[in-house]
Amino acid sequence: MRQINFIKYIPFYFGLSAIVIGVGLAALAIWGLRPAVDFVGGSLIQIRIEEREGTGGKEGPGVTEGSVREALAEVDVDAHSVQSAGENGFVIRTKSTDSDLEQKVKDKLAEKLGETTIERYETVGPTLGRELLIKTLVAILIASGGILIYVAYRFGGSKYGICADLAMIHDSLVLVGSFAVFGKLLGIEVDTLFVTAVLTILSFSVHDTIVVYDRIRENLRRFPEMKYDEVVNLSINETLGRSINNSLTIIFMLTALLVLGGETIKPFILALLVGTITGTYSSTFTAAPLLVIWERWENRRKKAKR
Amino acid sequence: MAAAPKNFKIWSWTISSPEIDWRIGKFEFRRDLTIKKGLDLQGGTQLVLKAETENIPEADRAAAMESARAVISRRVDLYGISESVVQTSRVGDEYRMIVELPGVTDSQQALQLLGQTAEMEFREVDPNKPVTSSATDSGRALAEEVMAMIPTGLTGKDLERAQVEFDQESGQPVVGLVFTPEGKEKFSQITKRNIGKRVGIFLDQQPLTAPVVQTPIVDGRAIISGGFTTPEAKQLVVNLNAGALPVGLAPVAQTQVGATLGEESVGASVKAGLVGLGAVALFMILVYRKLGLIADAALIIYGLITLAIYKLIPITLSLPGIAGFLLSIGMATDANILIFERTKEELRRGLKLRAAVEAGFGRAWDSIKDANAATLLTAFILYNPFDWKFLNTSGLVRGFALTLTIGILISLFTGIVVSRTLIRMFYVNNEVRSKK
Repeated sequence: MRQINFIKYIPFYFGLSAIVIGVGLAALAIWGLRPAVDFVGGSLIQIRIEEREGTGGKEGPGVTEGSVREALAEVDVDAHSVQSAGENGFVIRTKSTDSDLEQKVKDKLAEKLGETTIERYETVGPTLGRELLIKTLVAILIASGGILIYVAYRFGGSKYGICADLAMIHDSLVLVGSFAVFGKLLGIEVDTLFVTAVLTILSFSVHDTIVVYDRIRENLRRFPEMKYDEVVNLSINETLGRSINNSLTIIFMLTALLVLGGETIKPFILALLVGTITGTYSSTFTAAPLLVIWERWENRRKKAKR
Repeated sequence: MAAAPKNFKIWSWTISSPEIDWRIGKFEFRRDLTIKKGLDLQGGTQLVLKAETENIPEADRAAAMESARAVISRRVDLYGISESVVQTSRVGDEYRMIVELPGVTDSQQALQLLGQTAEMEFREVDPNKPVTSSATDSGRALAEEVMAMIPTGLTGKDLERAQVEFDQESGQPVVGLVFTPEGKEKFSQITKRNIGKRVGIFLDQQPLTAPVVQTPIVDGRAIISGGFTTPEAKQLVVNLNAGALPVGLAPVAQTQVGATLGEESVGASVKAGLVGLGAVALFMILVYRKLGLIADAALIIYGLITLAIYKLIPITLSLPGIAGFLLSIGMATDANILIFERTKEELRRGLKLRAAVEAGFGRAWDSIKDANAATLLTAFILYNPFDWKFLNTSGLVRGFALTLTIGILISLFTGIVVSRTLIRMFYVNNEVRSKK
């Protein structure tokens, strides 16, 4: 089978990654993430309004985000976001955690707009949010530490462990950066499940990387006379088909969930989808090339010593 | 984000819960195969309450929390809420109680249910301050007398149980009290020394009723007749039976999902799952032809085993749990893809079909093993099985981690053992035969 020389284009892969991560980090620095109530405290109320004739307010017929916001302002509920969710459905987010909030919202909307049912109501005190943030960071540290040690042990060298971890960091940066962009453009928030998605993606990323590394390990044994670059290139060629096919099956599943699945977990599914794509890309175009760079760097150092 | 699907019944399928219902002669075998649904799917309320432990000595806090948990569980059970969960957790110095109430979609009602304390107490007239009132006195004098009463030492702790009874003459609901042996003794003493006088029954420091003792009561039974309606009497019985909370609880977080939203989520997830599964199956057939068909068969077996295990454990399925399950289906095919790609390679190298398949399985195992070990490690951290305090214990995250773990383990089994058997049976043998 004809081989493609993937190694030749390493600067291109790293350049692409640098651009994507750069844009993501810039978005993160400028806009930041939109934290959900889990992290900062506050309330989320999802409602459905059975519209009454002529209650649409200034904006004409139909209950709109604007008319909901107007009604809420009358009872001093400062909704920092009102989003439409399905037919006559709205998601209201506010910093308030008052115990009578639910009743207040329900009563006012029923009076102004029409029969209102509360479909989901979440409220979290601010202390819980901080705690969650710390725990999340701890979990990520433990996961990446564990994976580094495991990969280094299985492949007999810290080089593999560190490069697999770097690819993982690459993926989480892409994911976090893209959510800074999504947060700004689509109003998507980052919640506990996002954290779960990050951790899952770490494992998926390393899952894919290990398959490539495993092939490199095998080919190194089989062709001891071959140069390291060539072995890596051969291994990429041999595993690319599998890597793409496998990711496609996961992408099919996630896309179906994203389009058709439950509304509340859509941001979670989106995070998994972004992570799957970048995870697949990074195992071939980041993790494997990193090994080549590492090897070259090591050789240069050896030569310098002599 | 796309808008929620308005109606999930596009194929006008009714998704009813599967059930085994076999009848052979007189022998009946019936099992309900419904998977338990989490709060986000069936509707309900979750409350996280912080315990106010400031006034409790450090050493007694854990015990106080445990008895508070028992009291709350009892209250919840008395209200007939099935499959509720009451857990305690400790974060730093803070004790918390997590209460899940399926089917309760009114959080105010839920909070009331948990927050209500009912400390019952019997009080008597202070013997040092002689009484002036009698049964015929005006209401005001009576109230003054009752409020001046002193505790007798007989409290709700001496109560064995309370129950709703109906007065035989008036048909009015009353609350019957049965005392413990100790309480029986106390009560008989109290009634003996207070003949012709009033004894007050107080609930949470509020007088409930103050009947005049006619005769000493020695059988350990008493009746509170306060002109209750039947629901009021029931409520009082629940509160008396449940007892008081040993520690105050204040809500710090609550989540509440309406039943309709839950129902929609289930429908949407089932639909998404079927579409996703169909796409994966089709893809496998298009890419790997006959081998793909075998992988699909293995996938179906995978799905059935997984659902059976969910039922067996049993697992309460939440929305992220479903995502974990579906994600693991995508991952389950990975083992097959690895093996098939490997088999193709071995064929290209000139191996015979049978040898190529065996080599494919053998060589692919190494990477499958290492790759899945990493995923299992992450799932372990997410699930946090030992309740490590530095990690999260969110129910939603756990649901996801659990279904993902189960998915990976079963997918290893079906991806390797099941599909290898299927390939040996249908693929290799047929190909070899047809070449002869």
